[in-house]
Amino acid sequence: MKTYAYFPGCSLEKMAHSYHLSALETTRALGVELRELEDWNCCGATAYFHVDELLAYTLSARNIAMAEKEHLNLVAPCSGCFKNLFFTRSHLKHDPDLAEHINVALAEDNLQFTGSATVQHLIEVFVQDVGLAEIKARVTNPLQGLRVAPYYGCQILRPRKDHEDVEQPRFFEDLVAACGAVPVSYPLRLTCCGGALIITNRVAALSLVRNLLESAVRERATVIVTACPLCQVNLECYQKQVNREFGTDLNVPVMYFTQLVGLALGIPPKRLGIGSELVAVMPAIADAQKTEPAPVGT
Amino acid sequence: MNAAPVESLPAPPENGLSFVAEIGNLLHAAEGNPINTCIQCGTCSATCPVASGGFMDHSPRRIIALIRAGFKDQVLRANTFWYCASCFQCTVRCPRGIDIAELMYGLKRYTVWKAQHQEGLIGPVFSETFVKMILRSGRSYEPVLATTYLFTYGLPEIIQEAQTATALMLKGRLPLLPARIKRLDNFKRMIRRIIPLGDSE
Ligand code: SF4
Ligand code: SF4
Repeated sequence: MKTYAYFPGCSLEKMAHSYHLSALETTRALGVELRELEDWNCCGATAYFHVDELLAYTLSARNIAMAEKEHLNLVAPCSGCFKNLFFTRSHLKHDPDLAEHINVALAEDNLQFTGSATVQHLIEVFVQDVGLAEIKARVTNPLQGLRVAPYYGCQILRPRKDHEDVEQPRFFEDLVAACGAVPVSYPLRLTCCGGALIITNRVAALSLVRNLLESAVRERATVIVTACPLCQVNLECYQKQVNREFGTDLNVPVMYFTQLVGLALGIPPKRLGIGSELVAVMPAIADAQKTEPAPVGT
Repeated sequence: MNAAPVESLPAPPENGLSFVAEIGNLLHAAEGNPINTCIQCGTCSATCPVASGGFMDHSPRRIIALIRAGFKDQVLRANTFWYCASCFQCTVRCPRGIDIAELMYGLKRYTVWKAQHQEGLIGPVFSETFVKMILRSGRSYEPVLATTYLFTYGLPEIIQEAQTATALMLKGRLPLLPARIKRLDNFKRMIRRIIPLGDSE
């Protein structure tokens, strides 16, 4: 069994608890152990970088150093946390003075950053480490006829310039297909949902959410699937507000990729945290599978 | 990235530095190219979902033009960087390799330090609330963030937010008590090594 140090991040504690549950269930079913970092702290989220870069690096470095202490690589399910942890590691590795400075602070908690642990997003564990062939082989409940809009969002991919997938990624579509579902071509799959703005500029954020939802509806997607709690909450929980603000009538379920994979692996919905959405997922899925038996292509 | 302590970060203009040089200093350790390599092609603005939606008073391209022309007041009063969603689309598409998203962070930090941001923006208050909360508990906690609203938003928005919060609460998706990390004392000592906090509570 492959083991990773797991950094759930603050939103998975409650707001995105279903992501947490489904991540643990599906990885276990795929022979992967996510061992939660003991005593992890907030990664600093985006707001931190506004105020103090050095402090933001220290917060992320503490989490990375705890993974190193366990001799495990670090995995984060939240794209925002992932980006902070990933870039902290790369900055600290390339700037020994910075690493030294931060290590003085980490010593207060008997920790040290060396750069030995890698940082991955949870979806990378699925598509790269476990592999699509392996997932496909374990699917017992192919989600035939389910039209899925795979939403990448921003920070899984950007701003990693050395990453070939930045402009034309395929892995999310491939993962959806491995589950037996139909990935629709989703034009806004890389466009920001405005999650970072929901408090600071509500109307801008709601308008970005609206664009994403309407685009999914146009492509006749039954669900949007995300790999980030901030995107999920923003797209799902603010639909009522979008409807009120713009006079629309949107009602699109938004689920986590781990829930989709879990259903395909035959895990009962309840154990994947399905049922805590504001826009119910299961009825939509049941409907879609009833009305569209095993179509070919998109 | 500048590893110097906060108080030595960017020099005030009184010491003779031009605004464009100050911004250059702010970003000198960032990986992107300096803003004087910008060719004003507008790719950043076209690719920016917030500017394209008409929500920024100056587009990213224009902010760069204003910085280079020395329009400091206009730049610091702009909402552009507070309304940046950190989506990094501009950064990965800029043909000159300028890290525009990082520039936006830099401008936020600069205005927070100098307390020169536009009145009525929520971003600065939000950042501050967020930081204080993490320094106290090591974790972030959504309902505390909601109080930021109470002071900065109008009544309809608060009611809408409360409705969303209630719906989430009924689904068991909002915590009733904030989480705390266990080794909080070590954590606070660690923070004090980085910023002299006086008293982090
Ligand atoms: S994309 Fe780059 S070169 Fe073009 S205007 Fe924006 S910053 Fe300047
Ligand atoms: S990072 Fe900010 S400025 Fe750049 S495209 Fe995204 S929202 Fe616009």
